[in-house]
Amino acid sequence: MTDTAGSEGRRLDRAAARGLLGRAMRGDAWTVGLVAIFVALLVFTKLLRPAYGLDALAIASLPVAFAAVGQAIVVISGGIDLSIGSVIALTNVISALLLMNAPELSLPIVLLVLLIGLGIGLVNGVLVVISRVPDIVVTLAMLFVWAGAALLVLGSPGGGSVDWLRELITGTLGVEVLPRALIVLLVVVGVVWIPLRRSRLGLSIYAIGSDQLAAFRSGVNVARTKIVAYGLAGFFASLGGLSLTASTGIGTPIPGPYLLLSVAAIVLGGVSLAGGRGGMLGPIVGIYILGLIRADLGFLRVEPAFSTVVQGVIMVAVVMVGAYLTLRRRTA
Amino acid sequence: MTADATPVRPGSLGIFRGWMRDRPLVPLFILLGALVLLLEVIQPGIVGPSFVSSTMRFAVPLAILAACQTMTMLTGGIDLSVAVVASMTSYVMATFVSDVGWLGASLIALVPAALVGLANGIGVGWFRVHPLIMTISMSLIVSGAVNVYARANIAGGTRVPPEITWLGGQTLFGFLPNSLLVFVPLAALVLVGLRRFGYGRLLYAVGDNETAARLAGVRVGNVLVVLYLLSAILAGIAGLIYAGVIGSATGRLVDPYLLPSVAAAVIGGTSIFGGRGGYAGSIVGALILTVLVTLLTVLAAPEAVRQILFGAIILAVAAAYTRITEES
Repeated sequence: MTDTAGSEGRRLDRAAARGLLGRAMRGDAWTVGLVAIFVALLVFTKLLRPAYGLDALAIASLPVAFAAVGQAIVVISGGIDLSIGSVIALTNVISALLLMNAPELSLPIVLLVLLIGLGIGLVNGVLVVISRVPDIVVTLAMLFVWAGAALLVLGSPGGGSVDWLRELITGTLGVEVLPRALIVLLVVVGVVWIPLRRSRLGLSIYAIGSDQLAAFRSGVNVARTKIVAYGLAGFFASLGGLSLTASTGIGTPIPGPYLLLSVAAIVLGGVSLAGGRGGMLGPIVGIYILGLIRADLGFLRVEPAFSTVVQGVIMVAVVMVGAYLTLRRRTA
Repeated sequence: MTADATPVRPGSLGIFRGWMRDRPLVPLFILLGALVLLLEVIQPGIVGPSFVSSTMRFAVPLAILAACQTMTMLTGGIDLSVAVVASMTSYVMATFVSDVGWLGASLIALVPAALVGLANGIGVGWFRVHPLIMTISMSLIVSGAVNVYARANIAGGTRVPPEITWLGGQTLFGFLPNSLLVFVPLAALVLVGLRRFGYGRLLYAVGDNETAARLAGVRVGNVLVVLYLLSAILAGIAGLIYAGVIGSATGRLVDPYLLPSVAAAVIGGTSIFGGRGGYAGSIVGALILTVLVTLLTVLAAPEAVRQILFGAIILAVAAAYTRITEES
């Protein structure tokens, strides 16, 4: 209840704010800035190592890009999905196991895994709604459950993949600036997210994230919208799991650092953790920026451990600047 | 806090719920007792002095980490860097022991922990970064820095001194873990501090309504800086004790304790949105989780099943507890 009063005050302040910095934080300017950073980093990388292709970046970033998109949807709806890394691991091992045993049925298997991902997400959403326990706690508990399930499916790295999955995301589409992995990402996100965002459901997702009570009073079915948001996150996580199967050729039951990276990317990408604000372009650019930084640090022969420190410092610096700008805007 | 004022619904169930609501520790103790009973049924004879002693020994570091989560959650925050800070402290201590002795090494090891806490606090308190983001980023930095340090220190080696092993791993009169010598005063300080000290009340005030606290003259930023500093120092102490429990120290020693520390505070009834809860519940929560781990070990379930059950039970307990104690 106190939130309502707080956000109302904030909105008034926002209307009053006219600072240049304040405006830079709003909407598209942030994404434009991200793209500029990305291009600068890309030029730097090309100078460092002319042979570095965009396709390598796009393939390495594909699973985590899907994770970021899923996470962004949940965060926009006002929640957070801490189990996303485990769901990626689970769908990764399920697809690898099935594809090894029945490679001739690869297309149905892929569709089945997508359905499983959607189902897992829906389970998360239903549990959040019916347990009335905060999202963080529910998805934290489910993180254990799905990670355990992944171990149950495949005790150690193994399984297999099929060639067409790999070919789908490797290489480029003629010119170098069009890596297949990027095309796959953009097509999937475009097909799922853009129509959704324009629909009533998409608007509801933003509405419940922005102000749940107001959304409820305006006739939005909060519970259903929340469940759908988690379902979509599960769906995109399963895409992440499938792209992991495609790029590595095996299934690995131990979750990678996808949770951390997905949260980092959405924060970089200008999605407010408070919910209700942000888009998909920002997080995706954010993922590629983080990927380029990691690649650059590798080319500069920075040892991996130190490279983690640098990535963390960059993240802290970015969020501090972002938070500082928001603060300026609020008090301006 | 506000629970006292809500009218009790008529009917025996309503009275029961109202009674539970005023005494949120009762259902927790019932659950703890039930788990111990279940353990005894599954494996008769297991519950004895050595069981109690080992449960306490493992619960102490978890309970200290849960104190970090309880206090930060009371302000509506969370500290996800506690586990890596604890690991770092235990490791740094173990590398310095040969040069400066156990006390000196422990104090030196708490310095980087305090610096991490200060950084968290400045980010959350002054720059208003979301606590989740700030502490996750800091744990990235810390775990990387520990690896860099470990790489540079390969020749130095690590050693957990006998004093730390005594503190973490051994018992008084063959029953009471020595770590209680640290934990009891610490827990008393947190318990009394949250209830009686001005600073403790400020944490509730900030978590309950930050705007109101600010208007009442509370310097919220500074309160948070001190809070995250305290949290990191507590985490460091937990790391030192855990190194004693295990008898060795690596750069990732305490990392698996992150999620249980949050779970202990949540099971203990502290609201993740701030303003409601207390440390007593978190201590019982830490005990419950420790007994639960023992139970799952005794069942000889494979790691996968253990993880699934662990997650499912945490969720079930949190949901049941929310229903029992929430204001209707």
